[in-house]
Amino acid sequence: MKQKALRSNRIWSIVMTIVCVIYMYPIFMVLMNSLKVESAISTSTAFDLPNAETFAGLANYENAIGSQGFLLSLFYTAFITITSVLAILIFCSMFAWYITRVNNRFTKILYLLCAFSMVVPFQMVMFTLSSLADTLHLNTPWVLWIIYLGFGAGLAVFMFCGFMRSVPIDMEEASMIDGCSPIQTYFYIVFPLLRPTMISVAVLEAMWIWNDYLLPTLILDVDKYKTISMLIQFFRGSYGRVEMGPMMACIMLAIIPIIIVYLVGQKHIIKGVVSGAVKG
Amino acid sequence: MQRAIKKYWPIFVLPTLAAFVIGFIIPFVEGVYLAFCQFTTVRDATLIGLSNFVRAIGDNTFTHAFWYNCAFVVVTTIAINVGGLLVAVILTKAIRGTNAFRTVFFMPNLIGGIVLGYIWQILLNCVLSLLEKPLLALDATAGFWGLVILMCWQQIGYMMIIYVAGLQSIPDTLVEAAEIDGATRWQTFWKVKLPMLMPSITICLFLTITNSFKLFDQNMALTGGQPAHQSELLAYNIYYTFYGRSGPQWRGIGQAKAVIFCVIVVAIALIQLRATRKREVQQ
Repeated sequence: MKQKALRSNRIWSIVMTIVCVIYMYPIFMVLMNSLKVESAISTSTAFDLPNAETFAGLANYENAIGSQGFLLSLFYTAFITITSVLAILIFCSMFAWYITRVNNRFTKILYLLCAFSMVVPFQMVMFTLSSLADTLHLNTPWVLWIIYLGFGAGLAVFMFCGFMRSVPIDMEEASMIDGCSPIQTYFYIVFPLLRPTMISVAVLEAMWIWNDYLLPTLILDVDKYKTISMLIQFFRGSYGRVEMGPMMACIMLAIIPIIIVYLVGQKHIIKGVVSGAVKG
Repeated sequence: MQRAIKKYWPIFVLPTLAAFVIGFIIPFVEGVYLAFCQFTTVRDATLIGLSNFVRAIGDNTFTHAFWYNCAFVVVTTIAINVGGLLVAVILTKAIRGTNAFRTVFFMPNLIGGIVLGYIWQILLNCVLSLLEKPLLALDATAGFWGLVILMCWQQIGYMMIIYVAGLQSIPDTLVEAAEIDGATRWQTFWKVKLPMLMPSITICLFLTITNSFKLFDQNMALTGGQPAHQSELLAYNIYYTFYGRSGPQWRGIGQAKAVIFCVIVVAIALIQLRATRKREVQQ
């Protein structure tokens, strides 16, 4: 019986290995082609490995980094993601604490509005939001976090509230009786307790903001500022004849930082996704 | 305590509330209002009643996008959840390399929709041209299945993670009890594990349905609605109505489409949550 189970497990291992190799193939194909010279990339040769003749080294990468302002885009994307996530973590957790601890009609309405905003598709607000952002001069990467704080608040508040309901109020009461102001109570008592939820929220929001395409495209001044997603779309869309080599290199360059972050923080990311999947 | 905290509302509530008002409430309210107007910018709107909605529903590309999107939601929801659950069941067996497999399956999730769309466009076009079939941009059916494959590739890993957590939280005693009572493996899965998984299934269905309904980036990058709006999902159709068409009437129509879209998404989310919630088992 045990032997049989062992053998079936080994078979499953092999099956899954094969499936995983197939699963990774699309990324591998882009990597392979990004190392070829331009003339060797066509629909009939795309599946071939680069050989001595077609191997281009890192020329495509140099090309992509050099000509397209790639580094600047990387900086903008990183800046927008980091500022937005920090703002969401600090402000939304404070907001969530207030609306779970103060019970009145106003906070109940706020909570429902936040839950509602999670479901509403972006297309509903895209036009009005971009014109409002123009009027308020929120159309630069430096202040884009305000928009993300507003539009990303729903999910964050929802998750923080879910967690805070399960935290007993006694500790906070004790600290207030000992003379802490609400601000001190929040930062000394509540804030440290929130760490696991903070990680989940940070992971989910960062995944969304880093990869977001439509919101920055509509709000930022496209000629001046491009995030990575915008850059790739621009790369693809603006030329009559697409240069495949640099395009592939650009895709790889967009993926590599994500994969590094993922491999380093895998445990947190997966935990974040699991606890982010709270019941709606 | 409540009273003490209440006084501090400008510090706790105001920053998020201000951003929320700017980022969501004002655009939303304005958006609903503009759906009843003819406009090219927010300032020059004139009320024209319901005619935007009439024209939106009369627009063939919109109704086509609606049915196309419905088919897409049904196919992807089933495929992703069955696939995710299957992988999760296999990975919770005591097999070697579980962590590595999990890493691989989850990875596509972290890559943005635009990038994914282009990767698959290149790959699928190569495959199609080897098979001597028309390219993605020329064939709406190929575009549909391409989008389905892309979505499965991206989302199976995410759902798998949630299902794995769900499966691991089922107490061993329950499964053992079933086995002692003579249940076969198949019966244990259907009668014990699956009902216990209902909370995970709820959230995964919710996520896949709303994701597939709101899909935009992948649609735009993979097919761009080609050929002739035949592969447009609702979100892309609305975007195109706004920014791809000239003529003063189109923005109003686009906004009306967006309102209809919003109502559909909210309604489906509510119905779906209520329907699966009922089937959850109390632990």
